[in-house]
Amino acid sequence: MSPRFRGLVWQAAVLTVVCAAALLAARQARINLEARGIAQGFAYLARPAGFEIAPGVLAYTSRDTYARALAVGVVNTLRVSLLAMALATVLGLGVGLARLSRHRTLATAAGAAVEALRNTPLLLQLFCWHALWWLLPGPLDPIRVWPGLLLCNRGLYLPGPWGSPEISRFGIDGGLWISPEFTTLLIGLSVAAAAFIGEIVRGGVLAVDRGQGEAAAALGLSHGQTLRRVLLPQAMPMMVPPLTSQFVNVVKNSSLGVAIGYPDLISLTSTTLNQTGQAIEAIAVAMACYVGIGVVLSMGVQAWERRRR
Amino acid sequence: MCGWPLAGRVDLVALKLLAVSMVVAGMSSCSGAATAIPVATVKAAGTATPTLDAVRRKGFVQCGVTTGVAGFSAPDAFGEWRGLDVDVCRAIAAAVLGDARRVHFTPLTAAQRFAALQSGEIDVLARVTTITFQRDVQLGLEFPVVNWYDGSSFLVPRASGVRSPRDLDGATICISAGSTNEVDVADYFRRNHLRFTPLVMERVDEVTSAYFAGRCDAFSQDRAALAAIRARAPKPDDHVVLQEVISKAPYGPAVMPDDLRWLEIVRWSVYAMIDAEELGLTSEGVDGASASADPNVQRFLGQSGGFGPMLGLDAHWAYRIVKQVGNYAESFERNIKPLGIERGMNRLWSAGGILYAPDLR
Repeated sequence: MSPRFRGLVWQAAVLTVVCAAALLAARQARINLEARGIAQGFAYLARPAGFEIAPGVLAYTSRDTYARALAVGVVNTLRVSLLAMALATVLGLGVGLARLSRHRTLATAAGAAVEALRNTPLLLQLFCWHALWWLLPGPLDPIRVWPGLLLCNRGLYLPGPWGSPEISRFGIDGGLWISPEFTTLLIGLSVAAAAFIGEIVRGGVLAVDRGQGEAAAALGLSHGQTLRRVLLPQAMPMMVPPLTSQFVNVVKNSSLGVAIGYPDLISLTSTTLNQTGQAIEAIAVAMACYVGIGVVLSMGVQAWERRRR
Repeated sequence: MCGWPLAGRVDLVALKLLAVSMVVAGMSSCSGAATAIPVATVKAAGTATPTLDAVRRKGFVQCGVTTGVAGFSAPDAFGEWRGLDVDVCRAIAAAVLGDARRVHFTPLTAAQRFAALQSGEIDVLARVTTITFQRDVQLGLEFPVVNWYDGSSFLVPRASGVRSPRDLDGATICISAGSTNEVDVADYFRRNHLRFTPLVMERVDEVTSAYFAGRCDAFSQDRAALAAIRARAPKPDDHVVLQEVISKAPYGPAVMPDDLRWLEIVRWSVYAMIDAEELGLTSEGVDGASASADPNVQRFLGQSGGFGPMLGLDAHWAYRIVKQVGNYAESFERNIKPLGIERGMNRLWSAGGILYAPDLR
């Protein structure tokens, strides 16, 4: 038997066992639910949801279906996660390089920040960021950061394609609205992930052979040029796999948004679960969504990495 | 059939249902009995009264309550659970086990409560739960009785000048996740062609602080819960609970339907408290009432009729409820009244309310 064939047999065997276990579990769940008289199946997804969601990218009213409400959740999760990934990468690069800096104060400060962020629960950090919003004045007396740009405890209001924000009876109308919950989650996720990404950057750069840096210096390259042209490009391949994990973490951590009132996938799943009582289906759908996002993300990074080589 | 001891609480009780199924699936397949239908994993299967048997065996009632809603279920300064819903659990314990103190409480979030009951983690759910069609029909549980009538309304800052829910057009409204209020508010605004922005948070404490921090213009909940929240405000007088109610919210304890005897015990424990008030029986006066010539009182106290044994209990079950827990009015005065909530429609039918319990006969 060739090793290749043996490998295939083993893989097929494992796959069969896993699938059989999953099928058996699903079957048993169905039997148990039937015995308890609990509704089951995914028909609920096509029923009207009946609850409202704070306005976002995807149009939605309470007459739309549960499926649509979940789609709003997925979009909201993606919106905050993708932005947080970008912001965290930029911040993380800065933190990592700061820790490598020859300036003692800068390196120490960056180190302290990393330790503080890495060693406190993200939920706690989110509550702290969220509480900062409540120090701001109310919507009837907002801070005018810039003409047409208003800041208050209801969020940040920018001039948009549909006119500029104006103070109305409740809060502010018109313009583009960025909610405190979105901002809190975006900042919280980015800053926390930046601490981890900073360490990945530092580790990657340190792993490049010392001689490379010395050779670059001997050629007369400045410190910045050495980093940009010599060290970072060589550190990249080592940084990408752990960076991908961090990106997936950002997506998963965005589910903490439910604690501060951001209508993410988990928040809308929990409302759906409560109204329909179909816990297993609702949780399964949410899990499938997260797995899907994670897999697409990893594949995307891998494809990008292959093209870069 | 395979049994599987399930101890401890899992945060996402939903996952637990899944886990139970998987464990049972694994076990039944390993023992070659894959066609067996496991009903309840933590209760004795096969008897007609699995919950009642389990409660008697354990020696206590496992009761699902809130994580802290003043007036209905909240621990006091000594860690003792108190509230109108807590008294339902205590009445059941007094009737079944002879001692109102033999109750263990499981604090549950709104999202956890039904799965906790379905998975057999608790014997009865007494957690400010609004009875709705979907919950009654789709969740496979039963609501034997109503113990409080309420409805959704709004808490608003007095300075906002809001007098009616209609004044809230364009407002941001704080709502706690998993409550029926999410739909009540959406329905009301749609019906009246008004707009609002919801802010939904999982924990009541978080929503409450968001409201007090001025993040929303109004807080929507049932009126009794709003009064409890208002009482926690830095300056309660700065906030008002609107008079107008936008929905019906009858609260009741919930049980699983696999034990009809247990369901009847829960129902009649609540009825006993209401009947006791109607008969003028109080925790202090009930001992002196044994000389009463009123046939209703005699039946209630187990001196005639033999109703206790019909319920699988002894003759003095109702007497113990009144003696140890008190009648409905006592429970109200002790738990709800201090919050400044009027009894309103929760008065006896004979006093202009809608509380109307069948007699013991």
